[in-house]
Amino acid sequence: MKSLEELAAIREKMKGKVVLREGSGDIRVVVGMATCGIAAGARPVLNAFVEGVNNEGLTEKVTVSQTGCIGVCQYEPVVEIFEAGKDKVTYVKMTPEKAAEVIEKHLKGGEVVSKYTIAAAVE
Amino acid sequence: MKELSLNILDIAQNSVKAGASVIKIDLDESDETLGIAITDNGCGMTEEQVASVMDPFFTTRTTRNVGLGVPLLKMEAEQTGGGISVESSVSEENHGTVIKALFYKNHIDFIPLGDIVSTVSALIQGAPGIDWVFTHKKGEGSVELDTAEIRAVLGDDVRLDEYEVIKWIEDYLKEGYDSLT
Ligand SMILES: Nc1ncnc2c1ncn2[C@@H]1O[C@H](COP(=O)(O)OP(=O)(O)O)[C@@H](O)[C@H]1O
Repeated sequence: MKSLEELAAIREKMKGKVVLREGSGDIRVVVGMATCGIAAGARPVLNAFVEGVNNEGLTEKVTVSQTGCIGVCQYEPVVEIFEAGKDKVTYVKMTPEKAAEVIEKHLKGGEVVSKYTIAAAVE
Repeated sequence: MKELSLNILDIAQNSVKAGASVIKIDLDESDETLGIAITDNGCGMTEEQVASVMDPFFTTRTTRNVGLGVPLLKMEAEQTGGGISVESSVSEENHGTVIKALFYKNHIDFIPLGDIVSTVSALIQGAPGIDWVFTHKKGEGSVELDTAEIRAVLGDDVRLDEYEVIKWIEDYLKEGYDSLT
């Protein structure tokens, strides 16, 4: 059974890490979680990013957050990626599989996955 | 929506936007019915706002924010023979909103609850500063989670949206559900 002792252990483990996180978050992944996004499948996409960013050891560099309607309902689930000094990248019609690819190529490799961007979708 | 847990995610996001510090999600399930109640202490709505939230085509000059979240829940409940109610107050000392929905589970148009654990974890991930109180009563048993208790253990050092905490919460809830059935 999951116990509160386990939580206490997590606390001990994380204490040191918190300091490191302060100045971090160079990359921000924002998942649109309004009614339209949720209906189109934003929840598993969010989970895929939260889990993938952790599993790939990117938590120092990448933060995953949620927002309301991004305003392009027909392209939901929509994910925006913000990075200092770079143009915002908007990924559309996302799935957990596409999220895995974006984590690998974009977040880890620094290379935009053009085929999933809104620019590719409106062409 | 494909799952009612997605409606719950959507409706509870309204409570987050309303500036609530405590949000309760109560599920009460019997063989025949599923009751969902989402209670917040956010800014609340005026009578007119409540009317417009229930019916997106009811608009007056003073009501603006028409969304689809609440009407969707209403439609999904009514199609099983159930319904919803919205109670809200904007009074200074007692502001907040309660949205209740009742579903008849054996109706052919009943949408399954689906992955409620993912909904709870997504909500906590998105708004880790809020006290989330989740209760799912099912027959004799129940699954319960109160983030205030988790925060009491974690102290101020660790945020609830740390991956390991979110993971713990998911596993805790999953174990709770495993022991229910
Ligand atoms: N719990 C709440 N507290 C305060 N205001 C609310 C609440 N729920 C809904 N509202 C108001 O009603 C509006 C419409 O809600 P909803 O139908 O879910 O649509 P949406 O989430 O797309 O805006 C919200 O934008 C908000 O102004």
